[in-house]
Amino acid sequence: MSSPIIGITFGNTSSSIAYINPKNDVDVIANPDGERSIPSVLSYVGADEYHGGQALQQLVRNSANTIINFRDLIGLPFAQADVSKCAAGAPAIEIDGKVGFAIKRGEDKEEKITVDEVISRHLNKLKLAAEDYIGSKVRQVVLTVPTNFNDNQKEALKNAASKAGLEVVQFINEPSAALLAHVEQYPFEKDVNVVVADFGGVRSDAAVIAIRNGIYTILATKHDTSLGGDNLDTELIEYFAKDFQKKTSTNPTKNVRSLAKLRANAIITKKTLSNATTATISIDSLADGYDYHTSINRMRFELVTNKVFSQFSAFVEDVIAKAELDPLDIHAVILSGGVAFTPKLANNFEFLFPESVKILGPNAKESSNQPNELTASGAALQARLVSSYDADELSEALKPVIINTPHIPKAIGLIGSQGEFCPVFLAETSFPAQKKLTLKNAKGDLLVGVYEGDHHIEEKTLEPTPKEEKKDDDEEEEEWSDSEDDEPEIIREKLYTFSTKLMELGIKGVTKGVEIVFNLNKEGVLKVSARDLKSGNVVKGEL
Amino acid sequence: MKIEKKFFKLTSLQLASLQEIERIKREMMFTLPELTSDITVKVNTEAEKSAAVRRPIEPVGRYFLQHAQRTLRNHTWSEFEKIQAEKNVKTVDESTQDPDELLFDDELTDESLLTHDPRDWKTADLYAAMGLSKLRYRANNSQIIKSHRKQVLKHHPDKKSAAGAGLEQDGFFKIIQKAYETLTDSTKRSQYDSCDFNADVEQPKKGTEYNFFEVWGPVFEAEARFSKKQPVPSLGDVNTPKKEVEQFYSFWHRFDSWRTFEFLDEDVPDDSSNRDQKRYTERKNKAARDKKKTADNARLVKLVERVANEDPRIKLFKEEEKKEKERKKWERDAGARAEAEAAAKADAEARARAEADAVSEASAKADKKKAKETAKAAKKKNKRTVRNAPKEADYFGDSDKAAAIDEQVGFIVETVDDELLVEVSTKIKSSPSTTKETLQETAAALSGSGKLPASVLPYFL
Repeated sequence: MSSPIIGITFGNTSSSIAYINPKNDVDVIANPDGERSIPSVLSYVGADEYHGGQALQQLVRNSANTIINFRDLIGLPFAQADVSKCAAGAPAIEIDGKVGFAIKRGEDKEEKITVDEVISRHLNKLKLAAEDYIGSKVRQVVLTVPTNFNDNQKEALKNAASKAGLEVVQFINEPSAALLAHVEQYPFEKDVNVVVADFGGVRSDAAVIAIRNGIYTILATKHDTSLGGDNLDTELIEYFAKDFQKKTSTNPTKNVRSLAKLRANAIITKKTLSNATTATISIDSLADGYDYHTSINRMRFELVTNKVFSQFSAFVEDVIAKAELDPLDIHAVILSGGVAFTPKLANNFEFLFPESVKILGPNAKESSNQPNELTASGAALQARLVSSYDADELSEALKPVIINTPHIPKAIGLIGSQGEFCPVFLAETSFPAQKKLTLKNAKGDLLVGVYEGDHHIEEKTLEPTPKEEKKDDDEEEEEWSDSEDDEPEIIREKLYTFSTKLMELGIKGVTKGVEIVFNLNKEGVLKVSARDLKSGNVVKGEL
Repeated sequence: MKIEKKFFKLTSLQLASLQEIERIKREMMFTLPELTSDITVKVNTEAEKSAAVRRPIEPVGRYFLQHAQRTLRNHTWSEFEKIQAEKNVKTVDESTQDPDELLFDDELTDESLLTHDPRDWKTADLYAAMGLSKLRYRANNSQIIKSHRKQVLKHHPDKKSAAGAGLEQDGFFKIIQKAYETLTDSTKRSQYDSCDFNADVEQPKKGTEYNFFEVWGPVFEAEARFSKKQPVPSLGDVNTPKKEVEQFYSFWHRFDSWRTFEFLDEDVPDDSSNRDQKRYTERKNKAARDKKKTADNARLVKLVERVANEDPRIKLFKEEEKKEKERKKWERDAGARAEAEAAAKADAEARARAEADAVSEASAKADKKKAKETAKAAKKKNKRTVRNAPKEADYFGDSDKAAAIDEQVGFIVETVDDELLVEVSTKIKSSPSTTKETLQETAAALSGSGKLPASVLPYFL
């Protein structure tokens, strides 16, 4: 096998590598330290370079020579870059107008590294890990980027990758990659709208994506670079610090090293709480020679971090609003990123959205249980797809002519026997498109009425069902039904109304069903044909 | 719509799971309304569809790539479906075929193996027992393992006994196991391969007609398996350049073989028996091995020699060489040849010139003679003219003195020199009337010059 194309997700906090193994499954590749989610950290001690988890550990003792959170800085002039995230590690400096880092390598030796170089070194490490795992050279990669990366940033990233010996075959957007990975495992049966919510370490991204005939269209995106898993850590640290201060009257947050120690342990505790209901934190000599040992349960953690979680919820609600959609229009919320592991996140969303919305977190039945690996898997899947194309074909396919397609703003559908609207093409379907509808039970003379449909949300207040007469039965059941019926229930429904009549076709004498084909071509001409399955008679209309 | 509402109630009351509703909804067939009026096609041409919005789609996933393909190649939907369908069929075909399977034997090639005594397993064709008679030394380890599994499935004593044969009939299975043992151990396998004469390709008989390359190619391919150096140059064909042919032969002349003959060793008695006997057998084995090795080397030398002799290319090259040599020699001798040529030319020229000279000399001589003769004849004639002149002139009227005149003219003619004679004769001829005067002048000139005494010419003086 020639060298495979790998998928890399390069995040601010951590990166993942994935490829399609010879068994045709997605393999997320672990680095030589066994980390599948490899911290995007580089650390220097003298002549030695550390990467991944080993570098992350250096943050406690050697923070000035440890570079963190550098992804978002690429391709940006120093003035525009937000370097506050790097503060916990090596401080960012300006090198030729770009962001860079000054690193001490040994006695009196200072090395100035631009962020491009840092990224190139980081990607090289990832490449080496992949080569170690696969056993053959890796030259090509599909790289995921946030949807708000501009062309400059992509170009800079491409150059950094090529410096590490990797050719970027295609950049794909992170939410699309996550969706691709999810759909590959659990395909949606219908055309749907989904929210892909990616809560990383230092930033959150969400996108509303419409899936129409397998083609994804991003309807809205939202980014927040001040919201992420680190906010949870900060809350937790504050909680522990207060607790510690109460016990020892020393504030560990005043001391950089104590803070770093506490942060590292708080992160571990947070991760433990995703799987267990209680976790302990135990730090030797946290500050002033005092040890710290305590345990915390999940409930406490959720209370402490409640503020952040409500920000997460608001964030997702915002993106739906930005897409001018209603939660009822959303079929599912796919959670990705490290924060998705915390059960509270999915719980919150379940309360937030109507029951029709599936929350696809790590614990849901129909979802991957590694939400932080979704994007990398998606990149690997895309890599497999593009590996059968040569470079010219691919660059042809990625031209704006192909990518920018017209979308219908309103649904097109059929009228049903009860006078209801049955959408065939949902709104935001990109065309050219074709859809077949087979009605096996159809009989007799039938009308195929094609309409454009508007949809709106109807709210109805359901009067509380009159209380059943009190029976002397179970007290408990009584209480339960009380709480259920006390408040008037508001039922929200998504309804379609007919707007424009497009055409009507009549087909007679159907005995064994009809097949209706909707075809919307490049120019937006709608062709509808109905075919009698038994006799093969075809009635066609064109608009 | 009504039904949907009903379902909703169901959900709120009975808390039926979401999936359940989905399932029921899917099963619920959508039905078309009855046709009330007589319509076949009625298009609402005035209807304006809402204007389309252009948005970028995400360039990921197979559906996008299909969309790109359709757009780039301008396929219609039906064309595209056809192409997709063809593609699918292909992938299925490819995946179900193990290419190795095709190389194994379908049937046991040698039925006698089934009754072969397993104690004499060394004499059995192990590759045939493994179903690898087509591959032999070319079989790789995974192929050996695969085919062994296949053979075991077929020939396991449990299978045999189930088919009615007794459990003790496991001779062939034992051979298979022995074969597997031998062929999966690299040392044992190389020893066996050394003595696998079934893998040798038959050589053509001397003196028979055959296609050199078709026959010897496989022979050398088979021999090449013993080469320590790999890759081995191939025999090639008629058009192989000389350099490669030379390389081929120089390789085979210096062939380094790993072939060993341990496999044919007589069994060494185990430790418990006589030590001397054991040593003796070992010695004997070693001697036999060395002998065989020498014989094998000699065989190969002879084989290569024979092939080199029969190689049409070598013959061709030799011929070409000869021609080339001749051509070279010819070129080298060009100077000398030109010299010789020039010499010959000069020689011929000289000879021709000499000849021409001789001819011209002869002719000149003849001419001279002729001229002399004519001169003589002319002189004679002139003499006669002069002599007869008086007679012609009737002796100038002095016929009585005819005899004297004749005598005296005779004297004149005899004395006069050639030039004067010509002059006189022409004068006489031109004017016979003045003959006497002419003769008188002549006589005077003669006597004047003292050639004739005047006394002898009284008549004219």
